[in-house]
Amino acid sequence: MHLANTTSVKFSMSQSTLGISVKGLTCRRDDRGLFRNLDFDLKPGQALQIEGPNGSGKTTILRILCGLTLPTEGEVFWNGLPIEENRLEYLTAMDFIGHAHGIKSELTPLENLQVAMAMANAQPNQSLKAVLEQVGLRGFEDVPAITLSAGQCRRVALGRLLLSKSLLWILDEPFTALDVQGQAQVETMMVDHVEQGGMVILTSHHPLALKDGMLKTINLRP
Amino acid sequence: MSEASLSNAFFTILKRDLTLAYRTRTEMVNPLLFFIIVISLFPLAVSPDPVVLRSLAPGVIWVAALLATLLSLDSMFRSDFDDGALEQMLLSVHPVSVLVLGKVLAHWLVTGIPLLLLAPLLAILMHMPSSSVPALMITLALGGPILSLVGAIGVALTVGLRRGGVLLSLLVLPLYIPVLIFAANAVSNAAAGLAIAGQLYFLGALLAMSLTLAPLATAAALRISLR
Amino acid sequence: MWLFYHKLGSPRYFYNLSGKLLPWFGWLTLLLILVGGYWGLVLAPPDYQQGDSYRIIYIHVPAAWMSLFVYIVMASAGAVGLIWKMKMADIVASCSAPLGAAFTFLALVTGSLWGKPMWGTYWVWDARLTSELILLFLYLGFIGLEAAIDDKRTAANACAVLALVGVVNIPIIHYSVEWWNTLHQGSTVTRLDKPAMDINMLIPLLLMWLGFMFYFGTSLFMRARNEVLHRERDTTWVKELVVE
Repeated sequence: MHLANTTSVKFSMSQSTLGISVKGLTCRRDDRGLFRNLDFDLKPGQALQIEGPNGSGKTTILRILCGLTLPTEGEVFWNGLPIEENRLEYLTAMDFIGHAHGIKSELTPLENLQVAMAMANAQPNQSLKAVLEQVGLRGFEDVPAITLSAGQCRRVALGRLLLSKSLLWILDEPFTALDVQGQAQVETMMVDHVEQGGMVILTSHHPLALKDGMLKTINLRP
Repeated sequence: MSEASLSNAFFTILKRDLTLAYRTRTEMVNPLLFFIIVISLFPLAVSPDPVVLRSLAPGVIWVAALLATLLSLDSMFRSDFDDGALEQMLLSVHPVSVLVLGKVLAHWLVTGIPLLLLAPLLAILMHMPSSSVPALMITLALGGPILSLVGAIGVALTVGLRRGGVLLSLLVLPLYIPVLIFAANAVSNAAAGLAIAGQLYFLGALLAMSLTLAPLATAAALRISLR
Repeated sequence: MWLFYHKLGSPRYFYNLSGKLLPWFGWLTLLLILVGGYWGLVLAPPDYQQGDSYRIIYIHVPAAWMSLFVYIVMASAGAVGLIWKMKMADIVASCSAPLGAAFTFLALVTGSLWGKPMWGTYWVWDARLTSELILLFLYLGFIGLEAAIDDKRTAANACAVLALVGVVNIPIIHYSVEWWNTLHQGSTVTRLDKPAMDINMLIPLLLMWLGFMFYFGTSLFMRARNEVLHRERDTTWVKELVVE
């Protein structure tokens, strides 16, 4: 891992409206209020960890933040504008890895990353093979993902993050299925990203090694 | 967004789906086998008399093609829904309707074209006069893409549902009726030596319309289904 | 106008307004159907060809008109709900569907009853009846899709897409079926309504149609009011209403 310093800040942090913010987010599902009146904002160089017991709406929040699910009330803003209004800008700046991470089991890791790059319209800043090596999949580039373990598939999905230049990562339980070494690696990735001015929103109980002020936490109580 | 990157995304999806189809080709064969089996049931159920079969042939082949397409539709979004690839498509920077069009084209290439190629064989089984075989193939070439395009809307609406299969047929089959009427009629007319241009124009118009509208409706339906 | 439209979008406003309108609608329905029915079934002259059996058109024709009208109402309400995210429009669309299906079914049943003396059989693949049958399938698809989706808002939006696709397709289906029918039709009499109609036959028909319209309005209001109470049961105004 490389150490971040102030000169390597990738993203500008000058404007106060930059980043993602949420106002009055409320979600009800089948009579059950999942959460109400949630307000928070996240600026470049910060991470947000969402905690809560199973069924408290963690995944729902992430899907709302992505614009996949609609909240019952409230709105999500990106750089000061509702995400429906600057959808293209938001989608360009955001990467989401959900519980189902979108890796096709019939395709090889390399092919999976190629598709992901075309979808994001991103020019990879390093070779796909180098990324696969970085996530510990050297030698597995050309085997169908179906032969890989669940943890290895997740590593392919995480490789997407390294390839794209997305500012905001939204990750649903990113440590699931990973071994100890893999978990450490993902944590390093996230810490690096935040320290270089990126943003991470994740659901997990795993504590992140971030300095004070860089990590926010939300606890959803049922 | 440049046009080049959009067409790149379109062709990436197309290539991806064709690769997937090739790697799961045993599953892809099933609708074709279904097509053949359904048609071979008719001589057994009705009569092996060539005269009877000949009069039934256009309708039977087209109904079987409709059902075979319906059977193959479910695979269009199902696996993408299960493994999260569909979510990634919706979060892509490209218009979802263009990606949908790529998927529908792949679906037609994988199921529609084989149906088209099998049709002459089935025409022989059903004792169709050889003069109507070109008409059968043209109607399948024009009507097949409509079936995939319109079917995609239905699949997109039912993809998140546990028992979407039967519902899908209820949603999609009524919408297939115009295609069925005109295509089957064109084939019958061709067998009788009558003109079929009018029916083909109509199918062409339907194709143009579904080509422009269906991907938009499918994209909207996918967004709703994935909430 | 815009303000009124916005107010109508609020379930509470709708509930109060429809409550005031409901008795008027109900009595008008009764009056129109009684007058139209008596005029059509008793006062109107018998048909010179079909005798008295034509009188079923006083139910069949309005029902057939309504079946199409309700589908358009449903699709328009669905579109409003989809585009402007108006809750009330979703409710109207969802409450219209069973009513539309019922009108369609009524048109089919009366059509085939009329067919028995005319054609000697209950069912003929006549263009109108076939179109009605397909319309019934479209309604049933709508109802089936709505029932299959748990989340109300998702269901409403998915059904709205389906209804819009249906609205685009109905003219195409109708035209195809007409065309198909002219190819296969022999010499049987298929027209249920006469081109030139006696004024004494036309007025009761229009009265019946108005009666059906108000009936639709009445039952739509009743269903929608129930649905509003159900969906808004957590809000204070509904709770206050229940306490009263």
